[in-house]
Amino acid sequence: MEIRDVLSTVLLLAAVPFFLAGTLGLLRFPDVFCRLHALTKADNLGLGLIVLGLMLQAPSWHAAAGLLLTWLLVLLAGATVAHLIARKALADGQRPWSRS
Amino acid sequence: MSELGVLFDLILLGTLVWLAWRLLASADLFKAVVLFIAFGLLLALAWARLGAPDVALAEAAIGAGITGALLLVALRRLGPETERMRRHAPTIGQRLSARLLVGIAGAAVALLVARALLGLPAVAPGLAPRVAEDLAQSGVAHPVTAVLLNFRGFDTLLEVGVLVLAVLGIWCLNEAPQLAPAQPDSPVLLGLVRLLLPLLMVAGGYLLWLGAHAPGGAFQGGALLAAAAVLGLLAGFALPRRWSGLPLRLMLAAGLAVFLAVGAAPLLGGGWFLAYPPGAAKTLILLIETLLTGSIAAVLAVAVVGGRPGEAAASYPPLAEPPVGKETS
Repeated sequence: MEIRDVLSTVLLLAAVPFFLAGTLGLLRFPDVFCRLHALTKADNLGLGLIVLGLMLQAPSWHAAAGLLLTWLLVLLAGATVAHLIARKALADGQRPWSRS
Repeated sequence: MSELGVLFDLILLGTLVWLAWRLLASADLFKAVVLFIAFGLLLALAWARLGAPDVALAEAAIGAGITGALLLVALRRLGPETERMRRHAPTIGQRLSARLLVGIAGAAVALLVARALLGLPAVAPGLAPRVAEDLAQSGVAHPVTAVLLNFRGFDTLLEVGVLVLAVLGIWCLNEAPQLAPAQPDSPVLLGLVRLLLPLLMVAGGYLLWLGAHAPGGAFQGGALLAAAAVLGLLAGFALPRRWSGLPLRLMLAAGLAVFLAVGAAPLLGGGWFLAYPPGAAKTLILLIETLLTGSIAAVLAVAVVGGRPGEAAASYPPLAEPPVGKETS
């Protein structure tokens, strides 16, 4: 096993907890704002780690650049959609959850 | 690796069947639409696993993306209609007999499919060898494009005809309502759309060009361009009035019209319908594909808008949200 494969595996495995935590948060968190937070965190960091891991295995620079571009686009789209959902929720009168 | 592959395929298959069942059984239409979009994305994954990236692209872009948007818009316009539907809810007897009928019909279809599958030869050569044999004469280097635009051009021609007929049907119904408030009040959305529109246009053109020698083509490129148009419309951009008359109609019809003209031209010289003159096939296919891409993009976007262009229709129930309080905080 090359050092590159080891690094890939480590990065891919490191992504798993983020997706697990994100899904758990999406299912269990108390309100829409907290859930959005959990979901986008998994997308941003978990997907970033997966993309890094896959970039190490990419056959060419083009493919690696394509993966990176995909991640950046997902980041932008995810952030925008989270913002729109949160705005709609606020406009509909949902108040952010607080412990009290 | 192959065992992991089989495991993945089994999970994919199970999830597809489960999603299909859940979306059909869901009483909540919004939930059903969301499940339908998820189903389309997983189906695209299944096509990719089967080694058909063309179909996977088309399924993801048209099946999940554009159809999903279409259903969401339709659902929104349905609005209070759902209340009336609830009042006419079927009785238990009706529901049971419907289930019985669907069960019988499903079992019959399953039997027929099983019989057809068992009757297949163990190793079916299919038409792939014949396509490979004649690929050099088709004018393109990608077998799927060669089949769609040359060997079986009829299929594609009729598909495009159906799309144009669909627009005629939609335009007969009503004038287009406004999809979004004229001024989008989210600068974040506007920023994303400004960034994505050029990217989507480049990607759509690239897919069209790619179709000659790799997975891609008019439907995939057109679907991406349509997605760009829908995104723009949702963000509050509108087609300028002077473009929404004749230019839009020309764009909608151009693909089908030129396809028909090119297909019929050989008849004048005593040739066959859709038999391209030798040597000119590549040029003609590229011309047809380019115009088809524009037409398909226009048809799909117009279907989502859901009405013929005109004065912003006041006769519809308001589709756009009542203006959300301008953000002051």
